[in-house]
Amino acid sequence: MSHGLHIELGRRYRFAASHRLHNAQLSEEENRRIYGKCNNRYGHGHNYTVEVRFSGAVDPATGMIANLAELDAYVSERVIEPFDHRSLQDEVPVFRELVPTTENLCVEIYERLKSFAGAKLEAVRIEETSNNSFEYAGRA
Amino acid sequence: MVYLTRKIEFAASHLYHNPAFSAEENRRVFGKCNNPHGHGHNYRLEVTIAGEPDPATGMVLDLKELKDILEREIMQRMDHRFLNYEVAELKGQIPTCENVARVIWNLLEPKIPQGRLYRVRLYESADLFADCYRNGSGGAS
Repeated sequence: MSHGLHIELGRRYRFAASHRLHNAQLSEEENRRIYGKCNNRYGHGHNYTVEVRFSGAVDPATGMIANLAELDAYVSERVIEPFDHRSLQDEVPVFRELVPTTENLCVEIYERLKSFAGAKLEAVRIEETSNNSFEYAGRA
Repeated sequence: MVYLTRKIEFAASHLYHNPAFSAEENRRVFGKCNNPHGHGHNYRLEVTIAGEPDPATGMVLDLKELKDILEREIMQRMDHRFLNYEVAELKGQIPTCENVARVIWNLLEPKIPQGRLYRVRLYESADLFADCYRNGSGGAS
């Protein structure tokens, strides 16, 4: 924020998880038509990369927007531990009702991280594979 | 508006130490980054220029010119240097990703002859980076 500049800190984390795209409100045929292979009964997995960006004043004493050890611990507790090596729809309560697409995962991770003290969460970007990525920056 | 990005890499060493902190406080706040002899990174710098392509050349900014500016301002200053001791612009600052990105911004912004500097993104490693924008012109906010 100093000198009229806006500075963000970006950090990337990884977790592996499985999901199945299936909406219980829809028929088997509709699920198959909409989600294709992603609807296969037993699910499948991805190596997810989660990129988070935080903004804030750079503390002159530390040169940092946020202490990395504190940020890593916060993200680990709220996202990595509950998601890594899990089945999203079976083990993360919000995805019992909500289809665990990576769009929805972005929003969920944003909600879990937005209250980090001392820096403002700007955006969550998830790479589901090296070819797909999704980004959520909060309600427009 | 068109955004043009050029990437360079440089290798440099640094350490985090605030002389106003006690030894214990430095260790607690900065962890391994406080090790007294420093350590190094392969930094990756992405510089994005925003502008309208010149109708005569089709360019926002001649990439060759940008390459020369980056060589002069960044590579010669920071590549294979110890950031704490050899980069005057960082004197008195902890050479975190945030501060190095800001110094790079301040070095580059006045030197861009066409278009305007839109973003400086500095990766310290594949998993840690800082972005710098002019207030109100970028970022998610």
